[in-house]
Amino acid sequence: MAQTKSASASGRKPAAKSASKTVSKEFTGKNTPEFGKDDDLHAYREMLLIRRFEEKAGQLYGMGFIGGFCHLYIGQEAVVVGMQMAQQEGDQVITAYRDHGHMLACGMSPRGVMAELTGRRGGLSKGKGGSMHMFSKEKHFYGGHGIVGAQVSLGTGLAFANAYRNNDSVSVAYFGDGAANQGQVYESFNMAALWKLPIIYIVENNRYAMGTSTARATAQSNYSMRGVGFGIPGVQVDGMDVRAVKAAADEALAHCRAGKGPIILEMLTYRYRGHSMSDPAKYRSKEEVQKMRSEQDPIEQVRNRLLEKGWASEDELKAIDKDIRDIVTDSADFAQNDPEPDASELYTDILL
Amino acid sequence: MPIDILMPALSPTMEEGTLSKWVKKEGDTVKSGDVIAEIETDKATMEVEAVDEGVIGKLLVEAGTENVKVNTKIAILLAEGESADAIGSAAPAAEAPKAEAPAAEDAKPESASVPAQPKVEVAADPDIPAGTEMVSTTVREALRDAMAEEMRRDGDVFVMGEEVAEYQGAYKITQGLLQEFGAKRVVDTPITEHGFAGIGVGAAMSGLKPIVEFMTFNFAMQAIDQIINSAAKTLYMSGGQMGAPIVFRGPNGAAARVGAQHSQDFSSWYSQIPGLKVVMPYTAADAKGLLKAAIRDPNPVVFLENEILYGQHFDVPKLDDFVLPIGKARIHRKGKDATIVSFGIGMTYAVKAVAELEKEGIDVELIDLRTIRPMDLPTVIESVKKTGRLVTVEEGYPQNSVGTEIATRVMQQAFDYLDAPVLTIAGKDVPMPYAANLEKLALPTVGEVVEAVKTVCYK
Repeated sequence: MAQTKSASASGRKPAAKSASKTVSKEFTGKNTPEFGKDDDLHAYREMLLIRRFEEKAGQLYGMGFIGGFCHLYIGQEAVVVGMQMAQQEGDQVITAYRDHGHMLACGMSPRGVMAELTGRRGGLSKGKGGSMHMFSKEKHFYGGHGIVGAQVSLGTGLAFANAYRNNDSVSVAYFGDGAANQGQVYESFNMAALWKLPIIYIVENNRYAMGTSTARATAQSNYSMRGVGFGIPGVQVDGMDVRAVKAAADEALAHCRAGKGPIILEMLTYRYRGHSMSDPAKYRSKEEVQKMRSEQDPIEQVRNRLLEKGWASEDELKAIDKDIRDIVTDSADFAQNDPEPDASELYTDILL
Repeated sequence: MPIDILMPALSPTMEEGTLSKWVKKEGDTVKSGDVIAEIETDKATMEVEAVDEGVIGKLLVEAGTENVKVNTKIAILLAEGESADAIGSAAPAAEAPKAEAPAAEDAKPESASVPAQPKVEVAADPDIPAGTEMVSTTVREALRDAMAEEMRRDGDVFVMGEEVAEYQGAYKITQGLLQEFGAKRVVDTPITEHGFAGIGVGAAMSGLKPIVEFMTFNFAMQAIDQIINSAAKTLYMSGGQMGAPIVFRGPNGAAARVGAQHSQDFSSWYSQIPGLKVVMPYTAADAKGLLKAAIRDPNPVVFLENEILYGQHFDVPKLDDFVLPIGKARIHRKGKDATIVSFGIGMTYAVKAVAELEKEGIDVELIDLRTIRPMDLPTVIESVKKTGRLVTVEEGYPQNSVGTEIATRVMQQAFDYLDAPVLTIAGKDVPMPYAANLEKLALPTVGEVVEAVKTVCYK
């Protein structure tokens, strides 16, 4: 990463000969690289799948098909889609409980995810995991974790395994601005930097740790700087712009694959829905949500670009919409009609 | 076809709510994400967003209506180009969730449909060929040998923990491993139990076979979330796709004069967790054979050692590959008058008590449990059927101890064979004191064990 040009978030330039490699470089505005037609169309489709899937999940929750906790990713789609567009086969992904989008982006089947949400036997965890706990060895997705911050240490372990095997894979560990205050995150930062592990720490800063805004919960709200004490470089990224995410991901992955150790990407993003389905989100104004939706929506941005550049007509976009709706409807139908797991599954998969 | 909008459930426990306000009215166009109504749940006032696009054809429930059941039709949405005339043909509401069906339909009592817990068959110990040389070995050396042998056998096995490499182990259990296997496979960690336990579990999820050493299990309380929530539960939560082949090992329980925070026995804690195996050996041979088995086991294993036992000598058979089955108790001494069940350091009290009792003419059968989970209860029951009397011995706290668990299960499964109540000898119900005299009082004594056996024998 370029280390000398950017000012730190505090506005001070790092000392010229400073050992610190921390940078805060924004991939916004002029710096944002352009996408070609294929990338924009791909991103549109992928993000739309997550959006429609989550809306359907919210509806099925309302109907009682999905129980317990259900955390929707609506608004944050550009983060995981942009990351995934830059990753290569073998790179691992791990996240917390707002995880449906990550699974879909990893290529896990919408039917399998939705049927897990409804607790049916065709779910990715046979109905035994639920919304927060799905995994796929084949797609290198390592969950799906319900304890805030735990996935950061686990993801660092995946990176440890990559280093141990001396392969070319990078571990991508997602966590929120809330998890960023957990102690084990810093224990992991320390070891990852010490051992130069190939890991990208993605802080999905959606401004609220459940109902507590970053301003009320954190002393240093520039999360890209959270690795300063360990010499881990960090970059702030416009997480609502899939192009900015992809560009940051390209650089970060190259950094890791070059053996330079961990890097932090702070994705400035926003969730439109409550923390979980039962959160009325009274801690923020409707205007704030509406402003993000109307001005920065990650899907609308791509949609407008596609139309402006003549890369897709309204009719072609409608065809994509229909295609996505069909996939989501199919997954919902499957998830509502698939039987519950057999009672005999109660005692399976406890030990090998 | 028109689409029904149903009263949504907006919390895990909501069954009905108040439709407090319509934000949209009949004839309004909505697109997905638009707020159409406000609903008061048992917890809060929530906004209902449209999922589908269309025009509100009809509002079926008036604003202000209370106790609207979840899944009641509250409005009808018309698709593009449809007229209100189409309302009669509205799609039927989706069926009620099938998830609730079994409870409602099944007339049998619920317990009848709970499948039986499968029985696990554990192989017996391997035969040791006649003439095998027995080598006097400390528990410390046996543990080291077990790790070294498994590391030679499998390149995916590595050790990590505090002071395991350069320092050669805080208790010298990893002595020589760095020299033989190098820094890649013998990894010194910073003092961050929570973090490195998580890193170990993550590495195990990707297929490596970590041995995570805790300098003592007292410090593993910092890491217990990763042991239980990540290592033990992932296989189940993933429907069998992904597990964690990992060993957490280190000294457990009281050492000597190290005070309350360094003197706790965690055997009963870990033994409660499905998805874990918990091993607690006493002899050097068991330590070696069971640690080798633990490293090969595809499941997470908590391997509880004891600092006081590290230096004790026992005979270990000189065999190329001595592996013992996890989940099998060992009859340490055969007897007919009473049964003592113990494990780990508890065995030191039991062994001495048995010798004293022998002098008094009481012939005790002593069972070393070796594995706490899965627990080899059949061996205990068999013995109780013969002796009719049972005493358990351990150093841990008395409430919810391993002994009380054994007592409960023996009472349930062999009540008719018992000639006396089961007595449980454990540590006292106090944090470990520092003063030498108080520490002695807090731990079990040989005298207590002797007395308990006499009591159950009515002597």
